[in-house]
Amino acid sequence: MGILEILKLPDERLKQVSEPVEVFDQELRDFIADLEETRCAGPAAVGIAAPQVDRHQRILIIDVSGRPKVKSHGHLVLINPEILHWEGYEIGREGCLSVPDYTGNVIRATRLKLRAQDPDGASHDYEMEGFEARAVQHEMDHLDGLLFIDRVVSRRTDLYRRKVYQKGGSGTD
Amino acid sequence: MSDWNMLTLVGADRPGIVARVTRALYGAGCNLGEASMIRLGGNFTIMLMVGGPRSCAELEADLSPIADELGLRLHLDPVRGGLHQHLVPNIQVRVAGADRAGIVADVTEILAQQGFNILELESDVAGDAERPVYIMNIQGYCDRTLESLEQALSGLAADGISVDVAPIDVLIG
Repeated sequence: MGILEILKLPDERLKQVSEPVEVFDQELRDFIADLEETRCAGPAAVGIAAPQVDRHQRILIIDVSGRPKVKSHGHLVLINPEILHWEGYEIGREGCLSVPDYTGNVIRATRLKLRAQDPDGASHDYEMEGFEARAVQHEMDHLDGLLFIDRVVSRRTDLYRRKVYQKGGSGTD
Repeated sequence: MSDWNMLTLVGADRPGIVARVTRALYGAGCNLGEASMIRLGGNFTIMLMVGGPRSCAELEADLSPIADELGLRLHLDPVRGGLHQHLVPNIQVRVAGADRAGIVADVTEILAQQGFNILELESDVAGDAERPVYIMNIQGYCDRTLESLEQALSGLAADGISVDVAPIDVLIG
């Protein structure tokens, strides 16, 4: 196997909702190896989700450890991920392997509590924040058939909201 | 070589301008590229890349009747370059202060000295008529460090201008 083909906008298959993984076998682990090889082959992607390579299962990989001054858990394979709790809002600029030559501003939660399985099926809980939390939300959107362009806000919106968010605290509830 | 024209329209705002203009351009066999439309001081403004077989003079003839009817001033420039020339900003500079003449020149002069290339600039006057507040959001690309930019801009604080410099870390996922 090796590097897989990445689906690109406007491919309808990117809108498909992915199914949970139920079988944790060698085939799954082989696919994850290929998915990681595909992530690393592209332009500096910090994450990738299985549906981006036309496998519609709830599998994603993130690794933001290459970014200086960014808190992270390192290389993570998250299967059937579930957000248990989120807090805060922040606008940040995103791009996507499936949307070449375009970046836009997206609002994401700043802190997450997350539960996900590993490639052997064991369940783990994670607490994450900032850039890593953003990456997880971006990839989890792929599992629900969403792209960041479905969430882009105008730069002008950014101008005002940022101030409000800073003064308004966490913005939860 | 390029077959793009930059169309600028300015005038009193009303609903339907974009629809009228773009329908006429479509009818003339034109393609549209990148565009930026915004209301400035209550006025309609748009800059729109127009491509296709029509020359600058032909486009002017196509659009003049509509511009006259809608009370818009029209301007066309043949432009070099085309699509897919995006530069991704790495630094954001947010400025706020009591409105006075010269804020933009003061800030952008310093940025220029730092080799900062402004890719997007938006500004607005907030507050009320008695105490107007000038707010400006700049995104751009600069090779210097954040610290170097902050240092260079630090003198402005003494003039009552708040300047915030932040990295833009584009997430690709």
